[in-house]
Amino acid sequence: MSVKQKQAEIIENFQFLEDLDQKYEYVIELGKKLPPLSTEYKKSEFIIKGCQSTVWLVPDFKDGLIYFNADSDSVFVKGLVSLLIYVASGQLPQEISVLDTQFIHDIGLGNYLSPTRSNGLVSMVKQMKAYAGSVI
Amino acid sequence: MFLPLRANNIMTDLQTITDFDVLKVRKDFPILNQLVHGKHLVYFDNAATTQKPQVVIDAISNYYNTTNANIHRGLHSLADKATLLFEDTRKAIREFINSESEEQIIFTRGVTEGINLVAQSYGRTYLKSGDEVIISTMEHHSNIVPWQMICEEKGAVLKIIPINDAGEIIYEEYLKLLSEKTKIVAIVHVSNALGTINPIKEIIADAHKFGAVVLVDGAQAASHMNIDVQNLSADFYVLSGHKFYGPTGIGALYGKRVLLEKMPPYMGGGEMIKEVTFAKTTYNDLPYKFEAGTPNIADTIALNVSLKYIKAIGKEAIAAHEDALLAYCVEKLNEIDGIKLYGTSKNKVSVQSFLIEGIHPQDVGIILDSEGIAVRTGHHCTQPLMQRFGIPGTVRASFAMYNTFEEVDKLISGIQKARRMLL
Repeated sequence: MSVKQKQAEIIENFQFLEDLDQKYEYVIELGKKLPPLSTEYKKSEFIIKGCQSTVWLVPDFKDGLIYFNADSDSVFVKGLVSLLIYVASGQLPQEISVLDTQFIHDIGLGNYLSPTRSNGLVSMVKQMKAYAGSVI
Repeated sequence: MFLPLRANNIMTDLQTITDFDVLKVRKDFPILNQLVHGKHLVYFDNAATTQKPQVVIDAISNYYNTTNANIHRGLHSLADKATLLFEDTRKAIREFINSESEEQIIFTRGVTEGINLVAQSYGRTYLKSGDEVIISTMEHHSNIVPWQMICEEKGAVLKIIPINDAGEIIYEEYLKLLSEKTKIVAIVHVSNALGTINPIKEIIADAHKFGAVVLVDGAQAASHMNIDVQNLSADFYVLSGHKFYGPTGIGALYGKRVLLEKMPPYMGGGEMIKEVTFAKTTYNDLPYKFEAGTPNIADTIALNVSLKYIKAIGKEAIAAHEDALLAYCVEKLNEIDGIKLYGTSKNKVSVQSFLIEGIHPQDVGIILDSEGIAVRTGHHCTQPLMQRFGIPGTVRASFAMYNTFEEVDKLISGIQKARRMLL
C-alpha cells in the first residue's frame, strides 16, 4: 500500500471511534502491541529526546525501500509512533522525505504533533524525513 | 462559614478553618467555570501558575481604560496617578515580605530575572576564582543555571547540598560544605517539585557564620506561607507574582540595602540614571538603579490587587485549607496500588508528586487531561532532582485556595482510570 492508502486506512479506522476515550484506548492498544526495541538499539545514536518522553527510531534501507522500527517510554507516544512507522515503512525514500502528517490531525490527535508538545514526535518525523533524504 | 465539599475523616482539621468558604472563593475565579473535553475543569497545576481572581483581571483592563501613562517622568495628572499606583505596589510588597524599606524592593519579571540580576550584578562583582557557591539538589533550573554561568565565568565552584529519600536537605552535609570559600548560598524556600519547606532561617544563620550571602528563591513559598525577610535575615529574596494570584511577567527582588547599594546596575537605560553625558553616567538611587526601561506598569498595579485579595481571605485560612486538601489527597493516593509518592517530608506545602508503577508520567497526564484535570507531568524544571531519584519525571498535583475535596476525588478517579487504561 502507498503512503496515501495507509493514511486513508488509518483515518477510516478512527472514524469508528466515537469519543476521546475510545481514541485514546485505541492509541494505547497500538502502543502496547508495538514490539519493544531490543536494548542494543536503545543507544544514543537512535535516541530522540523530548522534554517529557523519549523516542528511539531505527531506520533501515533495503532493496530501495525504507523501513523504521521505533519505541518510546510513553505508551501513548508509542501508539502514535506505531501509526507513523506503519505509514512510512516499506516506502520509497522519495515519498518519506516529503511525508505529510496531516492524517494525525485528521484523526483528531494533531495536538500531539504540535511543536509545543515536546514529546519527541515532532523530532521523530523530522528524523524520518532526514534519513529518507540521505538515502535518495 | 467553611463549607467542606467533602470532609470524611479529616473533619477535625477542617473544623479549625473558620471564615473560609471555598465555594465563595471559586466564584472569584472566572476561569474555573469551564468545561475541558466536556468535563468541569479541575486545575491542579497551581505550582506552575495560579489562576487570577476577577479583581486582578479587572485591575489590568481598568488601568488601560483609565490610567495608562508612563510613570516617574510625566508631569501630567495621568502620569502622577499611574506612578502613585505603581509605587503603591512596591509598598504592598514591602509589607507582604516585611522588608525594612520599599527602596529595597526591585521590580523584576519574576524569580528567574531576580536570580539572574543577583548572579550577574553581585556575583560578577564579588565572586573570584576558587570561591564557592552552594545550591541544593532540589533547585529549579532557574536557581541552577545562572550560578553555573557566573561560576564558569569567574572560575568559582558550584557545590550541591544532597537530599534524603523524603526530599529533605541533609543538613549535616550542608554544614560540611560551608567554609571560608563559600560566598553565596542560593536556596529554594519551598521545592516546586516536592513541596518541601526548607529550614531557611537556620540555613541563612549558618551561612552567615562564614560571611556568605544567601539568596532565597521564594517562588513557591509566597502563596502558601508568611514571609518575613527580616526575621529570616535573608540577603536576597525573590518572588514571582503569577505564583500568588497575580499577573505573569511581574515579580520582585528584595535585597539588604547594604548589598543593593554596593552592586552595580544590571541593565542600562532610562529610569536607572541620575545624569547622562557622553563622558560619564551617574546612576539613580535604589530601587530605580535596577529598573532600567519602562516597566510592566499594568501588571505591577494589578499585583497589588492580588496581594489585597490574599490579605482579605487570610494566608492562615488559605494555608489551612490547602494543608487539609494535601492530607486528604495523600491519604487517597496511598490507597492506590503501585503508587509511589515523591516528597514525603512532614514539613511541606500543598504539592504532591507521584508515580504509578509501570506507567510513564506523561501517559497519566494525558488521561487526566481527558478528564478535564490539569496536572503537571515531567521533570518540573528540576532535572538534577529527578536524576537524584532516578526517574524521568513525576505527576504533580498542586493545590490552591480554590480547590475542593471533590476535585481531589476526581483526581483519584482519574488516576484509577489511567491505571485501567495503561496497565
